[in-house]
Amino acid sequence: MALRRVVYNVTRTPEMAPGGSLVHAPIVPVQGEGVEVHEDIAGEHMLINIGPQHPATHGVLRLVLELDGETVVRCIPHIGYLHSSFEKLGEYRDWNQVVPLTDRMDYLAPLIYNCCYAMAVEKLMGIEVTERCKVVRVICMELDRIFSHLLWLGTTAIDLGAFTVFLYTFQERERIYDLHESLTGARITTSSTRIGGMMADLPAGWIEQLQKFVDTFPRTLDEVETLLTNNSIWIGRTQGVGVMSAEEAINFGLSGPNLRASGVTYDIRKDRPYYDYETYDFDVPVGEHGDIYDRYLCRMEEMRQSLRILQQAIRRLPGGPINVDDPRVILPPKTAAMNDMESMIHHFKVVMEGVRAPVGESWFSVESSKGELGMYVVSDGGAKPVRWRVRGPSFINIAALPHMIEGALLSDVIAVNASLDIVLGEIDR
Amino acid sequence: MASDNDSFKKGLEGLEAGGPRSPQEAEGPPPPAGGLPPHPSVDALRARFGDAVLRHELVAGDEHVVYVDRARSHEILAWLKDEPGHEYDFLQDLTAIDYGNGRTLQVVWQLWSISNKLNLRVKVEVPLDDLAVESVYHLWRASDWLEREVFDMFGVVFRGHPDLRRILMPYNYAEGHPLRKDFPLRGRFSRAEQTRRALSQKTEDHYSPRELEIAHLLGQTLPDPFNKGETGSQQGQFGGMGGGG
Repeated sequence: MALRRVVYNVTRTPEMAPGGSLVHAPIVPVQGEGVEVHEDIAGEHMLINIGPQHPATHGVLRLVLELDGETVVRCIPHIGYLHSSFEKLGEYRDWNQVVPLTDRMDYLAPLIYNCCYAMAVEKLMGIEVTERCKVVRVICMELDRIFSHLLWLGTTAIDLGAFTVFLYTFQERERIYDLHESLTGARITTSSTRIGGMMADLPAGWIEQLQKFVDTFPRTLDEVETLLTNNSIWIGRTQGVGVMSAEEAINFGLSGPNLRASGVTYDIRKDRPYYDYETYDFDVPVGEHGDIYDRYLCRMEEMRQSLRILQQAIRRLPGGPINVDDPRVILPPKTAAMNDMESMIHHFKVVMEGVRAPVGESWFSVESSKGELGMYVVSDGGAKPVRWRVRGPSFINIAALPHMIEGALLSDVIAVNASLDIVLGEIDR
Repeated sequence: MASDNDSFKKGLEGLEAGGPRSPQEAEGPPPPAGGLPPHPSVDALRARFGDAVLRHELVAGDEHVVYVDRARSHEILAWLKDEPGHEYDFLQDLTAIDYGNGRTLQVVWQLWSISNKLNLRVKVEVPLDDLAVESVYHLWRASDWLEREVFDMFGVVFRGHPDLRRILMPYNYAEGHPLRKDFPLRGRFSRAEQTRRALSQKTEDHYSPRELEIAHLLGQTLPDPFNKGETGSQQGQFGGMGGGG
């Protein structure tokens, strides 16, 4: 069993200022030579369960750990407690009816899943959405990236004992919930996209509401950053914990901030740009140590970059229709359906028979908040998919958990698991 | 108003014929391999492996799909991963497709090369009476859970995978492989039978063989993750909040 170096910082003692007040010196983690305080005593190993119902597993994840004292010897995750077979259900629904299933997978960033699914099907059908729709979807996706990162930040801070951060981030999340609600009518299960466009155009005043959020959110982000970035407890719990090297991270298929924290510059928005992401001015933060702290820094910076993209998208939002002008995929306006025969028939056809896709298949992936979200749709020419496959980023990220925590301490398990930003709805599907 | 009507009529004509067609379908069958836009890795694969590369298709405009011989899939994938100039170091996805009606299953590897920024989809056709392919576990560790998922959902055996067991369904699930087309949407057993089976799971059913082995070596009684059974109160700290206790 490997020895673990325990380092105490005893170099600083509180000093009194001449006025009699205590001088607060920032405590930094010791980087120098460690002092070994004791050796691990070889004892009996034991098997324990964490979960399935445990708040720190962020859902119904179950980890079976073999422990030697406090050291994790082996970790075997069990998933599937939330399995609802979305992919099978999708094969029994027509192309538009699959949309509600997508946001139930990742209920922390539902709009990204809605958009990605619609994009995959549109690619299969050869539909090019309108310019306005593209920008609206970019806004939706960037907004939900912030939405998801805020939840990650709050819950991870709680897992590591910092409760205040949670209150700040959930207050901001509530404002995004309001934006969701006025855009789609739902706070979490948005189901806002349709093949060829959106369920509805932006409501009046929505952009102003969004602009207000974009203007005021950075202040909260700065406040949260002062709570964590230089906090010695936060640093001590996160730096050097759960380290993945760049080669390992690629080999394990990590994606998103988890991969970029290890120093790999793979961001789909830059590498395979969709929806004119190449014309937006934004940077992709990349870490170098691959530990929890770098993942944290990457996500914090990604939120700021998302704000930049939102700002540019608001400025360039064009007018015009939000849906494609193709009566085979988009329902006619209600007044037209009630007033002329052709619209009535085509409304009936789209509703009763569904949209038909050509024979073929298409793979489309977007950069979701958690990593690479891929949707793979296969059609045999019918109104329903033959196969609808979701490459969930959390599913593949969590598979690397045993590799990251074997040999670490039990308390690090919680920290590493939190740092991966998983959502069990999408892991179990 | 007249122009609106015209566009609607035009749309209605298309309705009868189904949805919008993809470009290559409109032009009839896909052109022979020589006519496709070249993909550097596919050309190199043909030069290196010859007949083991069965077909090359272009789908959805820009996605290259290459069908390879099942017997040599591992060799080809290993070459794609390590060969300088190709280096598909990132396994984006591994899945399978069942078209039903007795057609062969397809196992799909979706590859991405981070350094060369290249996509390639590799497919292998697997006959229903011999559902097995070589595992790529030792090439990409990302394939660990993905192969388990395909095994669980489709019943494809990945030869060489060190720990191939169900992942989403329970370990003692007896109804088959859910994503196969011959699997009914509501499962093979009745609701009553499914409920009975779920409620009568034993402690061992919640653990993999490896865990049972470790527990046996340690001489430890496994805790029930749902706090059932006589020793519930003693082991409550390990389990969750659910269960009868």
